[in-house]
Amino acid sequence: MHEMSLAEGIRQIVEETARHQGFGRVRTVVLEIGQLAVVEPDSLRFCFDAVMKGGPADGAVLQIDRVPGTGWCAQCAAQVEIAELYDPCPRCGGYRVQVTGGTEMRVKELEIE
Amino acid sequence: MCNVCGCGAGEARIEGLPTGQGARQGRPGDAAGEVSPRGWRVTDSHEAAHYGRGPAGAQAPGMSQARMLSIEQRILARNDALADENRRWLAGRGILALNLVSSPGAGKTTLLVRTIEALQARVPVSVVEGDQQTSFDAERIRATGAPALQINTGKGCHLDALMVGQALSRLAPPVDSVLLIENVGNLVCPAAFDLGERAKVVVLSVTEGDDKPLKYPNMFAAASLMLINKTDLLPYVDFNVDKAIDFALRVNPALVVIPVSATTGAGFDAWLDWVDVHLDEARTVVPLKADLYAGKGA
Repeated sequence: MHEMSLAEGIRQIVEETARHQGFGRVRTVVLEIGQLAVVEPDSLRFCFDAVMKGGPADGAVLQIDRVPGTGWCAQCAAQVEIAELYDPCPRCGGYRVQVTGGTEMRVKELEIE
Repeated sequence: MCNVCGCGAGEARIEGLPTGQGARQGRPGDAAGEVSPRGWRVTDSHEAAHYGRGPAGAQAPGMSQARMLSIEQRILARNDALADENRRWLAGRGILALNLVSSPGAGKTTLLVRTIEALQARVPVSVVEGDQQTSFDAERIRATGAPALQINTGKGCHLDALMVGQALSRLAPPVDSVLLIENVGNLVCPAAFDLGERAKVVVLSVTEGDDKPLKYPNMFAAASLMLINKTDLLPYVDFNVDKAIDFALRVNPALVVIPVSATTGAGFDAWLDWVDVHLDEARTVVPLKADLYAGKGA
């Protein structure tokens, strides 16, 4: 699992933002994780708590907002919603669906004090 | 340290040396960020605690100064920036970089050895080898005469763009050449990390299950080419090639599939043709991003 590396990326973003904005502590870290992203949220939560120790987000609450997966069905020529990368198009049942959204992994907001 | 697979930081090594040594200088983002003392804490001896400088910009008695700060930053932004830098560096030199990914034991190194033997008479090939430990693979590659650099990721489960950037400056692959990056054997984590390669090539061997593309969809979604390896063993194993291809195309309709055997050389003509097409592109087509930073690449 690479969730440890992701947690370290989050800490870098938090620390850089803390330096620029001059705040001390973060209460909540809000992530936006796509339904189709290469992330296991439980594993990320575990790594988050461990990696944030001693930094501005030590003890912060981790809020993970899921973004639904979307794809473009070449057969229907339409944007459709999919829950897994291998899901068929919900309209035509075909598999010519190219993923267009839901793979993002972003730090969306920080609740600071 | 992660208790799932044990991956952690600070143990990555290139040829036995910590990755911190010999790092390229002057990468964007390396400089310490400018400190902007806009916080509400006391910033110098003349100021008492200043309540108007809090994050909320004002103080109302009894109200918390906590506020939401919009960040909107990709978690892997730093890796992606380094990957873009690698991509520009490679593009400026006309180097085709391929990132080979698979589960352990799919035959990547044997495939590389045979590929190098076929290619090196007409184009220089260099190799970056990623493994948690040992330099066995780099030694196998060097036996072909091709330069190879071993990266040991320690407890890490994937190569990242920083490791590859450092490897590039040490390996110094020549202009108009092929760089093959053999990632750590792992069908999950390397999918998320852009190294600056032109394409990811996923290797699936017939000694694995034909349902792997559905079980590990992210990797097959991230790849441009799937090589189905060890086809010489098909008579002895229960692996349905058509099913594996069907599953892979469900995940990624644009995926190109070539069945090969690194042992017998079957299918290698098609695989080498694919490499040639992409090498021509690497030599002639400069990606848009490289244009934006013209002058830095060459």
